[in-house]
Amino acid sequence: MSLDVALRHQMGDFALDIAFRSAGRLTALFGPSGSGKTSIVNMIGGLMRPREGRIATDGRVLVDTQNGTFLRPHKRRIGYVFQDARLFPHLTVRQNLVYGRRFVPRAQRYGDFSETVELLGIGHLLERKPAKLSGGERQRVAIGRALIASPRLILMDEPLASLDDARKAEILPFIERLRDEARVPVVYVSHSVAEVARLASDIVVLDRGRVSAAGPAREILAGLDLLPGAEGDEGGSRLRLEFDRLDARSGLSLFRSAAGIWHLPPSAHRPGDQVSIFVRASDILLATQPPEGISTLNVFPGRIVALRPARPHDLLVDLDCNGDLLTARITRHSGARMALASGASVHAIVKTVRLKES
Amino acid sequence: MEWLSLSDDEWTAVRLSIWVASWATVASLPFGILVAHALARWSFPGKALLNGIVHLPLILPPVVTGYLLLLAFGRRGPLGQFFETVFGLVFSFRWTGAALAGAIMAFPLMVRAIRLSIEAVDPKLEQAAGTLGAHPAVVFATVTLPLALPGIIAGTILAFAKAMGEFGATITFVSNIPGETQTLPSAIYTFTQVPGGGAGAMRLTLIAIAVAMAALIASEVLARRVSRRMEGA
Repeated sequence: MSLDVALRHQMGDFALDIAFRSAGRLTALFGPSGSGKTSIVNMIGGLMRPREGRIATDGRVLVDTQNGTFLRPHKRRIGYVFQDARLFPHLTVRQNLVYGRRFVPRAQRYGDFSETVELLGIGHLLERKPAKLSGGERQRVAIGRALIASPRLILMDEPLASLDDARKAEILPFIERLRDEARVPVVYVSHSVAEVARLASDIVVLDRGRVSAAGPAREILAGLDLLPGAEGDEGGSRLRLEFDRLDARSGLSLFRSAAGIWHLPPSAHRPGDQVSIFVRASDILLATQPPEGISTLNVFPGRIVALRPARPHDLLVDLDCNGDLLTARITRHSGARMALASGASVHAIVKTVRLKES
Repeated sequence: MEWLSLSDDEWTAVRLSIWVASWATVASLPFGILVAHALARWSFPGKALLNGIVHLPLILPPVVTGYLLLLAFGRRGPLGQFFETVFGLVFSFRWTGAALAGAIMAFPLMVRAIRLSIEAVDPKLEQAAGTLGAHPAVVFATVTLPLALPGIIAGTILAFAKAMGEFGATITFVSNIPGETQTLPSAIYTFTQVPGGGAGAMRLTLIAIAVAMAALIASEVLARRVSRRMEGA
């Protein structure tokens, strides 16, 4: 699946002028509110007409203002999960779920009802009306409804924004499963670094109607300065680890990656299980000597690949740890004191690891 | 209680009224929904004009509406000739004309109630149905219409009651022929014009009140049942 978007649009004082291309499983449109994220997905879904531009999925043109092409929303087969769920209040959950099914030619239906119900854990809700659902349940049903309609692409516009942290935590695993198991790419709008870091395979960073960066999630998350505004210190690196064994003596779970052995809190994994982790740049300390007498066990030798100045007085240090890319955020003062330079050998001391189940 | 029992002529007037009002309501309902939807959701040139024409019978003297109907739908009228040759349908001095007059007079009330309830349906739900692949006509039938149902019921019953009580336009257009165009109000009017007609007028008046009350209660009950179904289980 590939998505090509090039748009120019004017709404009052706000000018949108963007172009990006993504072939990822889950492409996050990321940026502060007012950066144009929702307008872009509305144009992809056909709810808004761009003044100028072209949108195509897999070479199928949805909009091209040059030759007047504009496919109406019901012909696009693009699912849309709205921030406010928008379930039909007069229909039961079951009727909501199957609503879009009948409009899809039989041969093109891939969204299986019982599979989807199980994936989203909504089997016990089927006979209820939307008014009797919690916010989290509603959002899961909305995701299911979009999926069962067998779209070519699913748009999600801040589907978690109206939920509290507990409800968010309830839904995130379902979106991850959707990303990993369903045969449909997702475009996901968010202004939360935590969500994007956890979910995205690709990221398009938007700032005041323009693309300020676009590419694979790992690269974008490492380039902290590209993340607009106050959330800059939330950036970091994402790695994939393989479970090795549960260490009987320490009680810790041992995972392996190219960088070495990771000691993480005990967990119920089987050997060979893959997990992804997120390490915030501000959670990594650097040492020029192999550190002794410290509490953390997660220390990895590496080589400095790049040094990048960052706001306000910081330095981003990209490390190659035997093939794993880690980015550390230290102060410029420390960088100068330690005389860090490209190619130098250092040790990365990882204070905290966020484990993302997958 | 002897004076309460209806004569055959009076029964005929009551039955005819219900028959005429039912036809007036049922036949105009599809048009009422269409016009209400157009006024609520579409923007097109001449929208204000359409709105004005629909509401005109509400403000015009009923006699004027009746006279205009006579000119247009009489046997010599352009529309009257058209319907007679194409559908074999005659309006002048027939019960069908009474139904037409009732439908025209009740139309503004019907459209108003349905329009308000369509406007209350969240367009975001219609958008959502579109992204699920539903053609706009299907969206209307499966989302807009069911959600607007309470208003449609209210509009229908209001229109029925209004058609049932229509007098001025009816008597001008199709006169006051017992058994053909003499509806309840015309019959009451006739009673008041003859000596000793007071008891008959009173009997029919009570029936008119009973029918109107029953219509109002029915609309309340139906609307409540629909909204309960919406929030239910």
